[in-house]
Amino acid sequence: MSTIDLGMPADGPIADAISASVTAQGEKQTALKAKDFKTDQEVRWCPGCGDYVILNAVQSFLPSLGIAREDMVIVSGIGCSSRFPYYMNTYGMHSIHGRAPAIATGLAASRPDLSVWVVTGDGDALSIGGNHLIHALRRNVNMTILLFNNRIYGLTKGQYSPTSEVGKVTKSTPMGSLDHPFNPVSLALGADATFVGRAMDSDRKGLTDVLRQAAEHQGTALVEIYQNCNIFNDGAFDLLKDPATGPQWTIPLEHGKPLVFGPEGASCVVRDEFGGLRIAETSQVDATEIVVHDATREDPSYAFALSRLSSQDLRYTPMGVFRAVQKPTYEAMMAEQLHAAGTGSPADLDALLAGGDTWTVQG
Amino acid sequence: MTATNPHLTDPEAGSSAPGGLVKSVVELDRVVIRLAGDSGDGMQLTGNRFTSETASFGNDLSTLPNFPAEIRAPTGTLPGVSSFQLHFADHDIMTPGDAPDVLVAMNPAALKANLADLPGGGLLIVDSDEFTPRNLAKVGYATSPLEDGSLEGWQTVAVPLTSMTLDALTGSGLGKKEAERSKNMFTLGLLSWMYHRPTEGTIRFLERQFRRKPEIAAANIAAFRAGYNYGETTEAFAVSYEIKPAPMAPGRYRNISGNQALALGLVAAGQRAGLPLFLGAYPITPASDILHELSKHKAFGVRTFQAEDEIAGVAAAIGASFGGALGVTTTSGPGISLKSEAIGLAVMTELPLLVVDVQRGGPSTGLPTKTEQSDLLQAMFGRNGEAPLPVIAPRSPGDCFDAALEAARIALTYRTPVILLSDGYLANGAEPWAVPAADALPDLTGAVGFATEPNGADGEFLPYLRDPETLARPWAIPGTAGMQHRIGGLEKADKTGNISYDPANHDLMTRLRQAKVDGIAASLPPTEVDDPDGDATVAVIGWGSTYGPIGAACRRIRRSGRSVAQLHLRHLNPMPADLGDILARYERVICPEMNLGQLALLLRAKFLIDVVSHTQVRGLPFRAAELAAVIQDVIDSTSGTPLAADPTGGAE
Repeated sequence: MSTIDLGMPADGPIADAISASVTAQGEKQTALKAKDFKTDQEVRWCPGCGDYVILNAVQSFLPSLGIAREDMVIVSGIGCSSRFPYYMNTYGMHSIHGRAPAIATGLAASRPDLSVWVVTGDGDALSIGGNHLIHALRRNVNMTILLFNNRIYGLTKGQYSPTSEVGKVTKSTPMGSLDHPFNPVSLALGADATFVGRAMDSDRKGLTDVLRQAAEHQGTALVEIYQNCNIFNDGAFDLLKDPATGPQWTIPLEHGKPLVFGPEGASCVVRDEFGGLRIAETSQVDATEIVVHDATREDPSYAFALSRLSSQDLRYTPMGVFRAVQKPTYEAMMAEQLHAAGTGSPADLDALLAGGDTWTVQG
Repeated sequence: MTATNPHLTDPEAGSSAPGGLVKSVVELDRVVIRLAGDSGDGMQLTGNRFTSETASFGNDLSTLPNFPAEIRAPTGTLPGVSSFQLHFADHDIMTPGDAPDVLVAMNPAALKANLADLPGGGLLIVDSDEFTPRNLAKVGYATSPLEDGSLEGWQTVAVPLTSMTLDALTGSGLGKKEAERSKNMFTLGLLSWMYHRPTEGTIRFLERQFRRKPEIAAANIAAFRAGYNYGETTEAFAVSYEIKPAPMAPGRYRNISGNQALALGLVAAGQRAGLPLFLGAYPITPASDILHELSKHKAFGVRTFQAEDEIAGVAAAIGASFGGALGVTTTSGPGISLKSEAIGLAVMTELPLLVVDVQRGGPSTGLPTKTEQSDLLQAMFGRNGEAPLPVIAPRSPGDCFDAALEAARIALTYRTPVILLSDGYLANGAEPWAVPAADALPDLTGAVGFATEPNGADGEFLPYLRDPETLARPWAIPGTAGMQHRIGGLEKADKTGNISYDPANHDLMTRLRQAKVDGIAASLPPTEVDDPDGDATVAVIGWGSTYGPIGAACRRIRRSGRSVAQLHLRHLNPMPADLGDILARYERVICPEMNLGQLALLLRAKFLIDVVSHTQVRGLPFRAAELAAVIQDVIDSTSGTPLAADPTGGAE
């Protein structure tokens, strides 16, 4: 974690509690293994759920971040994915539906020394909690949001979600859903998120790679993870997972690399006449026309255009990091204001209580 | 005020004013002034300045601002009328006064909206410039009340306030429209002369307020002085009034509003607990001033977060509390409705949290700028499941400070959300406040006690292993090594805090949460009963901002030779342990409330006593006279002898 002055109280009960525990345990333990992040709680997702794969991937890569378990907090909302904190030997809160980003904002803003994570799902983050998500993103609070998108409500047993495709037949939409789905990456970029990535639950390497970049990002990082719900929406991402069709429809995003994809690199991304992007056949365009991926562009329009290449049936889905730009974090700016206020006028409670105008009654 | 209005008293002692005019000074023990004008006339500012002058002079005082929810309703219309009532006295007073002795009406709408409240013979000052045919027509006056004789029952002084302000500002370089805006300062100057108020504070205030616009500062000061000098020289006002300072306990005083006091109480609570204060709030009338005030105090480590909505405000506060801060959220009734689920999460996770509800008229959007006490049952029960939490209420503007500290004590000691019920009247009303010494405030560090060591038999941490005395669970904050744990909204297993759907465990945990809140009663002082004669058979019980009117009413009853006891609840949940026994001593218990009987319902249910519920929801505080009549009726019904009239005519 950062060693800059984060505006934490240097003394008082919080500092005392932390230093007392560190003294009792010796140094902070940061040389950890995946098993150190497991808890004694039985994991209760359905057998075959994509959540298991994500949990394993997270537990496996966390040690490489060098963060002590006690300095990590995972906040979740409600839904299958939101059981995640119970299985992680860190601090955690399994909160209420949709509110995890708001709870995490209060925690991160008052404790900049912590590594704060939010685990949420498509219903939790985009329906009931949509407001909190976009506001956390625009504020750039330092937290990593893992959005497990299975395009269905699983815990309530199979209603369509805000990412379900139009026409989806579910228990609540016997004649097909009417709602146009959100594209979570487009939504996040619309909120000017400083880090937006997308990964597939079954792609351990790709997932770990995006997660690591997200964790190292200073500011709000949103990672959309396509996650298979084998009970209520099985095979939702097979188009991309199937070796026979996946390469054709997946656009891997690698910073600094031309956006060429598909079998034998047959497809590529070029600019269109309206300033957006379109898919072209590599053989039909000049190599210089092919867009070279740049995740660090200040203007989010390019990343947004990338996110619009995919349709709701998942054809031409970019996977990887869409955007990673540096902006001051909310808590760093807040700490700066606190610091500046403290330098200007030292805190004197008696003076504060007296205010400007007082009068004295003599005894 | 006696039946004869002292403002009409013939001058006895004369003094010579500049210009050779003989002016007299009459001494009064108390005055109630109401300033009324258009929303754009600056009546609230004028009232606040007059209040500051009065406070620094040393009178006891109580104020009642009353303004529309619209920022600028159409000019000159009845919905646009804004008023400010100030009661000040040479003795200890408890209310802003039932009715004004003096009404200042800046236009016909202000006259029409307020005249009915001015008792016959009262002093009425109007801005005659504003009584134009157009303004009269706007509020349905067919003829000018200044000319048609309809104001004969009052002592009416029509003063061309607007044109005299313009005259005073000739050469100021300001346009007519801008210059006209200073008429409130002209009026303030006139009143300052009339009541011998010190003027330096207002001049300093204007200089400070308009330091970037010196020409505006100069114009306002010029208008203020012109108003003062007009009073001194005009024949329209032959008398000025003196209200001596009120005897107060020795000490340093300031004027303070309820929202200010609450904000300072929160800062003090954080300081006295050694914890950073975190406020998550969404703007809402009449609570926003607490957010404004706290946002100024970053030097005290106060973090204020203006959230995207009410839910995010409380959610962020819960997150901050989880991290070891003193988490606070402030709102009004509709906001509490939105926060209910999150407050339930704080009940389940047993984290300290302060929830401030500055109540206003409801339901729904209701009356945003008017006061009411109708959120009591919402605070008590407005959550799904059995979700008990402590509820406390301040009784006066200054008391909001102490209530905030007490709420923090309970929240920290018992690891629970606490709801503090203020209201619009307390929030905006002001009174003199004895400034406490910081180091004499309650020390809350003992209530914090973060857990730093495992408490289980085999070195594990049990987040729901309770303190046997308080039943509070340990508060282990992230960053503390070896104490990692998970909490959440699902039912917890006793001691371990793991998810549990076990029926016996849920029954146990539900009862434990209730027992923890009930147990707070053991930490409360005995109930104070105010019964100076000691032989009362009728008691009046109230909570929150009705303290002043009830107290004033009880004083009237006692002056008329009868006994009555007054009890006022700071703690609504749990109630003090001795309350049932105390109430049982009285033949009748009266409970006045600005709702339809919510505390009465609780008292009946809890103590099986037949409470006499007296209620009103007019968006304004009770009048002491009205309450005195109610108390008198009840006393008459128990003892039979009718009471004599109050010889003082309703002094406090």
